[in-house]
Amino acid sequence: MTLTTVRPRLSPKVRLRFDRRTGRHLLLYPERGLELNNTATAIARLCTGEWTIDEMLNHLARAYDDVSPNEIRREVCEFLDVLADRGLLQAMS
Amino acid sequence: MNNEHRPYTLIAELTYRCPLRCPYCSNPWDLAEHGNEIDTDTWLRVFHEAEELGVVQLNLTGGEPLLRDDLELLIEGAGKLDLYTNLITSGIPLTFERLSRLHTLGLDSVQVSIQSTRSSVSDRIAGAPSFNRKLDAMQWVTALGIPLTMNVVLHRENISEIEEIIALAERVSADRLELANTQYLGWALKNRAALLPTREQIERARTVAAEAKMRLRGKMEVLFITPDYYSEYPKSCMEGWGRRFIVVNPEGLALPCHLAHTISGLRFEHVTQRRLADIWHHSAGFNRFRGDDWLPDPCRTCERRAIDFGGCRCQTFHVMGDADMTDPACSLAPGHHHIESARTQAGRTTGIPVLFEYRTGRGCSSR
Ligand code: SF4
Ligand code: SF4
Repeated sequence: MTLTTVRPRLSPKVRLRFDRRTGRHLLLYPERGLELNNTATAIARLCTGEWTIDEMLNHLARAYDDVSPNEIRREVCEFLDVLADRGLLQAMS
Repeated sequence: MNNEHRPYTLIAELTYRCPLRCPYCSNPWDLAEHGNEIDTDTWLRVFHEAEELGVVQLNLTGGEPLLRDDLELLIEGAGKLDLYTNLITSGIPLTFERLSRLHTLGLDSVQVSIQSTRSSVSDRIAGAPSFNRKLDAMQWVTALGIPLTMNVVLHRENISEIEEIIALAERVSADRLELANTQYLGWALKNRAALLPTREQIERARTVAAEAKMRLRGKMEVLFITPDYYSEYPKSCMEGWGRRFIVVNPEGLALPCHLAHTISGLRFEHVTQRRLADIWHHSAGFNRFRGDDWLPDPCRTCERRAIDFGGCRCQTFHVMGDADMTDPACSLAPGHHHIESARTQAGRTTGIPVLFEYRTGRGCSSR
């Protein structure tokens, strides 16, 4: 598997929930949760199993044209790592 | 909005009743006095008020929550509030049909606790034949596609089984394995001499758990919760007093931690008498150990106070007789010698079988 062909998908145990108190999103999983910033929410939403990481990067680059592609790449890699670490990602190839 | 004191998790202790009687059970000692459980409507109102306060995770626990025959209604109500609902259970008494119904109604995850990987040991520790039924329960959970946490409370008698425990968790396809060292509170404090492992046992288990964590990354989360009797500093108890968690006990008492009301001199309130938000923000008990002002020396000037908040108030009270001191588990605490002597005793008594004192009480010993 290489970066270009992996299609990350959130594990079915994960639930994204809008948080009225902060206006942000929470990613909930058994007995825990992560508070997401806007980019992380956008990334999480793209983890449907349909998009490769390259496609995700392109998509985000269009949505956040004020952020450099390198910065986006770094954020995506970091966040996917956080998710993978907690067993919240399934990789579809 | 200020999120410093915002509860994310409601721990709903639905009942003290339990078909098992583990010697490390953290339920209060005076169990037999606890008669009146709050009813379905009160619980549903509490869920609603908790969600308004910011709660997003709901842990249904006990005793044994499966003994509540309104569990279906409670899970359905929690689902309507979009709470992430976790059932924390011994797996008994359960059928596949009931579990499947609970899942359909909105149950999100299940945690099953086992006492040992050997059925005879497990049944002896639990005080009742239960191991095979727990295995069934875990298999049903994963068969239904519900994320499963397998929880094992580690103590001297089962800690050497760590490899088998990990293998069992893999075999039942657990999603998370919680290797929780006993917290020496409640019944476990009474049974401490029989339960506390030696330092060598802890170190070995820690190493094995760390290897498994690496190997299983992405597949199964392996959590090893170090006992504070063998760490330099205490754990952050409940991530801070009245900060992230609300516990509501079977009678409707709202608490910062499930044993908070065992600390004498604190005043807590019932959800039947006051709105949860008022209790959370304004009750004397919830405010008692919030923030920095109450902190004793040496915590007052210690950098770790933002991490551990001076440790566990209940442990401090039950070991020191005074909840306002530094947790004796901390190596900097004036009362640390109490913990050191328990450790020394653990080193001396290795190999000598010690009898457990079983918990007694209505609904526990009679089943
Ligand atoms: S006796 Fe065991 S299973 Fe029952 S509530 Fe206590 S720890 Fe849990
Ligand atoms: S002195 Fe207090 S704040 Fe510092 S590590 Fe010990 S318990 Fe924590």
